Amino acid sequence: MTERPDDRTTSAVRPYVITGGRADAGVEPLSWESLVMAAETAPPATLQPEHRTILTHCQGLLSVAEVSAHLGQPPSVVQVLLADLIGWGLIVTRPPIPPAERADVTMLRKVLHGLESRL
Amino acid sequence: MASKAASEASGALSSGKYVNSSVAGAAKIMVVGPLGVGKTTFIGTVSEIKPLSTEAVMTQAGASVDVTVDQAKATTTVALDFGRMTLDGELVLYLFGTPGQQRFLPAWRDLARGALGALALVDTRDLTASFDALGHLEDLGLPFAVAVNVFPGSPVHSDGELRAALDLLPETPLVSCDARDERPSVLALIALVRHLLLAAESS
Repeated sequence: MTERPDDRTTSAVRPYVITGGRADAGVEPLSWESLVMAAETAPPATLQPEHRTILTHCQGLLSVAEVSAHLGQPPSVVQVLLADLIGWGLIVTRPPIPPAERADVTMLRKVLHGLESRL
Repeated sequence: MASKAASEASGALSSGKYVNSSVAGAAKIMVVGPLGVGKTTFIGTVSEIKPLSTEAVMTQAGASVDVTVDQAKATTTVALDFGRMTLDGELVLYLFGTPGQQRFLPAWRDLARGALGALALVDTRDLTASFDALGHLEDLGLPFAVAVNVFPGSPVHSDGELRAALDLLPETPLVSCDARDERPSVLALIALVRHLLLAAESS
């Protein structure tokens, strides 16, 4: 695991500039494993480039973490941009498991079954 | 959208960048441990995608115990490697490699939200390096299993010695694996999920 100073973002723009200075989306952020995908709605021509880039990466289902990795932006930034896009109806989500269901027996059985079938 | 998604299920997308569109939900497990313990190797072994890396931003406050951080910087980033397993075509499991050192704790909080549990990797050549990670899991109340990643020349300890050294609860699973090998790595995950299931069923 590596740690490095924050001068390695692939974008020349600092993250807080991209989000317009917002540190969060004002709502409970999407978790890192939440699955997102571009909606079929055509994006408006006025869309910010960072939002547009997300849409081009989301032509199929991806987690927030994967979008973040493909964009080279921290999840905290991607969470804000995705919340914008969801609000505009340009991104749809598949619900992740809410924290309250951590001990959900049905989900754990599915995971166990899926893992056992890998052997 | 649903019909489009269904038509893509058998297409090239299913084995590439994107999650198979038949998948209806996602879960995550944290793979924790000190630097060099084999987290990324483990994730790469079981993942269907080449492990990806994302950078969590940490504030200086969270990094203040780290003397190697450039003190002039307001933030540092920590790279978190992760991988993905599609299970039975309906569920996708993400594995997030999470460094154990104290200074990375802020990065854990956001990530641990909603996690099923954690697999703590341990290197018997340096057990003390794992103490921070195990302590964080206990602080977060995240259930976990311990997997000893066996390196060539690793000292061999009995389970009892390891449990005592790591101060594990009797019910915490302790397994051995070679993180380069798929089968023992999947078995380590199974030991964790069985443990989680037992705990969930008895609560």
